Amino acid sequence: MSKNRGVLLFIARRLALGIFTMFVVSLVVFTATQLLPSDPAQAILGRNATATSIAALREKLGLQHTAFYQYTHWLKGIVSGDPGVSFNAQQPILDYIGDRVVNSLFLLVLASVISIPLSLWLGGYTARKRDSTFDNVTSNSMLALASLPEFVVGIILVLLFSVRVWHVLPAVSTIGIGQGPWSDMKGMILPTATLVIGAVPYISRIVRASMIEVLESDYVEMARLKGAPEKVVLWRHALPNALGPVFQVIALNIAYFAAGVIVVEALFNYPGIGLTLRDSVRVRDIPVIQFLVMVLAAVYVMTNLAADVATVLVTPRLRTRMQ
Amino acid sequence: MKAINDAIAPEVESRRPPGVMSVALGMWRTRIGLLIVGILCVIALFGRYISPYGEADAVGLPFKPSDETRLHSWLGSANVGHDVWSRFLYGGRPILISAVLATALALVFGTTIGLIAAYNRRKLDDVLMRAMDVVLALPQIITALIVISMFGATTTLIILTVGISTVPRIARVVRGAAVSVVERDFVAAAESLGESRFRILQSELLPNVSGPLLVEANLRLTFSIGLIAGIAFLGFTADPGAANWGLMINENRKGLLPNHWGVTLPVIAIALLTIGTGLIGDGLSRAAAGIDRSKGDA
Amino acid sequence: MDVAVSISNLRIEVAYGGADIVDGINLTIAPGEVLGLVGESGSGKTTVGLAVLGHARRGVKLAGGEVTIGDASMLSLGDVALRHARGKLVSYVPQDPSTALNPALRIHKQLIEVLEFHNFGGSDAARKARVIEVMSEVLLPSTPEFLRRYPHQLSGGQQQRVGLAMAFACRPSVIVLDEPTTGLDVSTQAHVLTTIRELCHAHRVAALYVTHDLAVVANLADKVAVMYAGRIVEQGPAQELFDDPAHPYTRHLIAAAPDMSTDHEMVGLSGRAPAPGRRPVGCAFALRCELAVDACRAEFPAETEVAPGRLVRCIRPFEVPQRTQHMSAHSAPIAASATHALLVRDVCASYTRHQVVHNIDLHVDRGECLALVGESGSGKTTLSRSIGGLHREWTGEILLGSERLAQSARDRTTAQRLRIQYVFQNPYSSLQPRRTVGESVARPLIIGGSSKTDAARKVGEMLERVALTASYANRFPDQLSGGERQRVAIARALVSRPEVLVCDEVTSALDVLVQASIVELLGELRRDLGLAMLFVTHNLPLVASIADQVAVLADGKIVESGPTERVLRFPEAEYTKRLIADTPQISELPER
Repeated sequence: MSKNRGVLLFIARRLALGIFTMFVVSLVVFTATQLLPSDPAQAILGRNATATSIAALREKLGLQHTAFYQYTHWLKGIVSGDPGVSFNAQQPILDYIGDRVVNSLFLLVLASVISIPLSLWLGGYTARKRDSTFDNVTSNSMLALASLPEFVVGIILVLLFSVRVWHVLPAVSTIGIGQGPWSDMKGMILPTATLVIGAVPYISRIVRASMIEVLESDYVEMARLKGAPEKVVLWRHALPNALGPVFQVIALNIAYFAAGVIVVEALFNYPGIGLTLRDSVRVRDIPVIQFLVMVLAAVYVMTNLAADVATVLVTPRLRTRMQ
Repeated sequence: MKAINDAIAPEVESRRPPGVMSVALGMWRTRIGLLIVGILCVIALFGRYISPYGEADAVGLPFKPSDETRLHSWLGSANVGHDVWSRFLYGGRPILISAVLATALALVFGTTIGLIAAYNRRKLDDVLMRAMDVVLALPQIITALIVISMFGATTTLIILTVGISTVPRIARVVRGAAVSVVERDFVAAAESLGESRFRILQSELLPNVSGPLLVEANLRLTFSIGLIAGIAFLGFTADPGAANWGLMINENRKGLLPNHWGVTLPVIAIALLTIGTGLIGDGLSRAAAGIDRSKGDA
Repeated sequence: MDVAVSISNLRIEVAYGGADIVDGINLTIAPGEVLGLVGESGSGKTTVGLAVLGHARRGVKLAGGEVTIGDASMLSLGDVALRHARGKLVSYVPQDPSTALNPALRIHKQLIEVLEFHNFGGSDAARKARVIEVMSEVLLPSTPEFLRRYPHQLSGGQQQRVGLAMAFACRPSVIVLDEPTTGLDVSTQAHVLTTIRELCHAHRVAALYVTHDLAVVANLADKVAVMYAGRIVEQGPAQELFDDPAHPYTRHLIAAAPDMSTDHEMVGLSGRAPAPGRRPVGCAFALRCELAVDACRAEFPAETEVAPGRLVRCIRPFEVPQRTQHMSAHSAPIAASATHALLVRDVCASYTRHQVVHNIDLHVDRGECLALVGESGSGKTTLSRSIGGLHREWTGEILLGSERLAQSARDRTTAQRLRIQYVFQNPYSSLQPRRTVGESVARPLIIGGSSKTDAARKVGEMLERVALTASYANRFPDQLSGGERQRVAIARALVSRPEVLVCDEVTSALDVLVQASIVELLGELRRDLGLAMLFVTHNLPLVASIADQVAVLADGKIVESGPTERVLRFPEAEYTKRLIADTPQISELPER
C-alpha cells in the first residue's frame, strides 16, 4: 500500500498544480476581458441603441456588479456547468456550442488516431534506419513540411484536391445543424489531413531524436553484447525506455491540435469550437470567448498532466523514488 | 567520431572555436535557406517600389483573370478588383516586420529570464518558471485572439502579444541550455574572483548558450511568421484595406475558380519563407549538435 | 599451450576515410589467465576489447585480422552465430554499470534473460537456480527481494557486481572487462578485483582486462600488453614487465605512476600521442622518445621476442636514457612565521541542511603542502569549496593569514579573493571555451586593478612559468590538450601571486603521464613561490609525491593527520590502514 501512496501523492500534487494553473488562467482571461475598452452592452446593441435599452442589457449581463462578484459568479457558473449566456446568440452557451464541441472532438480524435501512430512509426523507423536514403528523404521533407503554417498546408490541399488540379474532395465542410460530423466523411478528409500534415513532421522528428538517444544508449549496446536477438533489443530494452517520451509526444500532439483547430476550422468552414471562437472574437461575444478559452486551456493542461503521470508510471526510476 | 576530431590537431595560430553560425554557413541547406529568405525579404520590403499599381488601385471587376481586367494586369484581379501582383508586392512587409520585431522582443526577454532562472536555481528559478508555465498553458493563437477581442487588431498589439507569448518558450530553452553551463567550473572560477552577477550572465553564460539560442530564435521566427500570417488569415489585421499575404489568402478564397493567383501567390510566398527559415534553422541545429558532440568527446 | 582466445593482425579503421584506429594487434590468452591491456585514453584499448565480441561502435569498422575463440572466428560469424557467441562464448563487463544496466528492467530479468538467450540449463528451473548461484559467486544477496530491485536501487559496487554476474552467468570461456572499477572507491574496487580474480581462476575463464591503471593491472594480471597510439608496443608476463620494462613508453608509464613508497619520484612526459590519421610512418612514440634515432622514424619496428614470452616493438629495448636528477618534492617549510598561511578552525559545513563536514581543524604554512585525502562522499570537496568561498553553508573560522574570511567569495574583499586561489578538477570545464587563454589568465589581474599592457606582460611570464609559451595567450581552450589546459588553469590561479592555492583533484581527469608532469610542476611552483598548498585528492599514492602533511577525511571528520611519511608507513587509524591496504600498488606485487 505504501508503494502506491507515493505515486498517488504525486498525482494529487500534479493535479493540484493543474487546477492552480487553470485558476490563474481563469483569472488572466477574466481580467483581460474586463479590460474591454468599450461597454459590452453598447457593443452588442450597436451605436443606435438607447440609453435605457443599454442599461437594461447591462443589468441582464450583471455588469452593474463589482468585478470580484462577476468573477466569482462566472467561475461558479463554469464549475457547476452553467457558463452563462451568449451575448450574440442570446442562448445558454452550452446549448449554443454543444454540437460544435462534438464536431471538434470528432475532428480531434480522427486526427489523433491517424497522426499519433504515424508519428511514432515514422520517428521510430527513421531512427532505426538512421542515415539511410529513406531517412534522409523523410527528414528533409518533414523539415520542409514542419515549417509550413497549417492554413498554408490546408490551402495547398484545397488547391490540389478540390479546386485546381483534381476535383475530388469538397473544399468546405457541409455538416448541418443537428447532424453528426460523421454524416459527411468525405468532408472530413481535408480538415483531418491538414491537421495530420501539420503535426506529424514536427512530432515524428521529436520521436526520432528520442528513439536515437535510446538506441545509442549503453544499455542497448550491452543487450546486443549479451546476445539478445534484435527483437528483444527493440521491444524489451529500447521500447520501455522510450515510453516516457512517447506519452509526452501524445500530449504534444493533442495540445497542438487544440490550437490547430482554430485555423483549420476557419479554413474549411467546419462548425466546431475553433470557428466559433473566431466568430465570437469578431463580434466580441465575451462569455463565449471566456468559456472556449477555458475549455481549450483545460484540454492543454489535462493532457500534459496525464502525460506526466503516465511517464512516471512507466519509468521505474521516477516511480520508485516516490515510494 | 573522436578520431576525426582529434585529427584536427592544434595549429599554432589562434583559432576561435568555430561558432554555430560559421559551421552552419558551410552547409548547403543553410545557404539555400538564406537565399530563399533573402529573395523573399527583398520582395516583401522593397517590392512596393516596383509595383505597377498602388495597393488600393482597382484594375477591374473582382476575380478576373489577366485577359478580362479593365486595366492591364499581369496576374488578374483580386477580391475588390485590386491587381493581384501589386497586392502581392505590398503584402509581405507587415508580416515580415511584425514577425521579426516580435521574435526580437521575445529573444531579449526570454534570454534574460532564462539566464537569470538558470543562474539562481532555487526560489527565483521556481517562481520564474512557474510563471512561464502559466503563459504556456494557452496556445499562442488563443492568447492572440483574447487580446484582439479586447483591444482590436492593432499592429503594435499583435507584435506585443506574439512576442510576449513567445518569451516563455525561449526562456525554457535558454534555461535548459544554461543549467548545464552553470554547473561548469569556469563559472565557479568567476565567482571565486568575485565577478558581478551581471558579468557572469553576460560573459560566462551567454556566449556558451549561443548555439541553442540561435536555433531557437530561428524556430520562433518561423513560427511567428506562420502565426502572424495566420491571424491575418483569420481576418484580424490592423487595416482591413491594406495588402497582407495572410489576409489575401482569406479574401481571395472565394475566387479560386476564376482567378487562383490571389491565393496561390501569397501561399507560395509564405510557404517558401517558412521553409527557408526552417532550412536555416536546421542548418543551425545540425551545427550546434555537431559542436556539442565534439565537446563531449574532448 | 592451451589458448582460449587469440587475436591476430587485428586492424580497425574509422568507417569513413580508412584511417586506422588500431593496427597489427596480436594477443593470446590462456584459460584462467588475466591479460591486462594498458593504455592512455585514445590509445584504442576499448576498441580492441569490443572487437573480441565482434562489435564495433558507430563510425568504426573492423577492417582486418582475426579473433578466434575456440573454433569460432568472431569477425566472420554471421548475425545469428555472432549473437549466440556473445554472452555465451565471450561476455562483456562495461565501464559504467549505471548506464549499461537497463533502467527499466529489474535485475532478475536482466540476469535471467542472458541465460534464456542461450538456452542455458535447458529449463526455467535450472536457469532460476543458476541466477541464484551466480549471485552468490559475485557475493551479492540472492533473495527475491534483492533480485526484484531496479539498477538505480543498488550502490555503484553492487551494480558492477550485477554486471559481473551477467558476464559470468553462462560460464563463458572469455570475458572482456572494460575498466570495470573506474568510479568505484578503492575499498569497493579492491573487493570487485578480488572477485574477478577468483572467478576467472576458479572457472578457467580467460580475461581481457582493459584499463589505464597500471597499479590495478600489476595486482590482477598474469600478462600485460601496453598500447600506444593504436599499437601494442610491448607485452609479456606482468611481473617481468614491471620489474624490467623493455619499451621506453612502458618505462615512462611506470615512472609516472604514483606510488606510496615515498622515495618514488613521479616523472612526467610532455606531448601527446598522435591521433588516427596523423600517425607517422615510423614508431609513433619516436616524437616523444629520448632514445629515438633516425631508424625509429623510418619504419615501425616489427614485434621481436626479447626474452621468453616478451614481445617488444622497439629497436632499442631495455636501454635507459641518462636522466637529469630531479629535486625532491619534500622541502622544509620556509621559515615558520607566527601565523599560519591558512587556518581552519572548527569548521562544519552542510549541504541543503544536511551536515557533511564536522568540526574540522587544520592549517597550512607558507611553502607547505597539506594533502586532504578522502573517498567520494567524505566531504573533502565541500570543505575545500568552503575555503575557496564557493560553498557558503558553513560555520566556524577560516583565517587567511590573520584575516577572518567571510562565508562566500562575494562577501570577501578583492584582495582576499586574489590571495586564495582555486584550481578545479576538470580542466575541460574550468576554462571558458569562448575566451582566449590570455583573457582567462589576465582576468584576476584586471580585477586586481592592473592595466591591460601590464596584465599582458604578466600573463606571458606566467605562461612560461607553467612550461607553456607566451604565444599560448592567443589560443582558445579547445586547441589545447588536457594537460595544457590544466597548466593554463594553474597559471590563472597563480598570476595574481596568491599565498594559498587550493587544488581540488586537479589530476583526476588526466592521463598518467600528464598527471605526473602536473604534479612535478606544482611541486616546483610551491617551492619557488613559497605557496601554501591544500591538495585535495582521493588518490593516496599521489600524496606521497607531493605533500608534506596529510589529513585523512572520512564521513566529514579528520580521522588521522600528520607528516606524509609517518601516515603512509605507520598509519594509526583503522580507516587509514584499510585504505592503504586496499590501494593497489605497482611496487608491491601480491604473492600468488
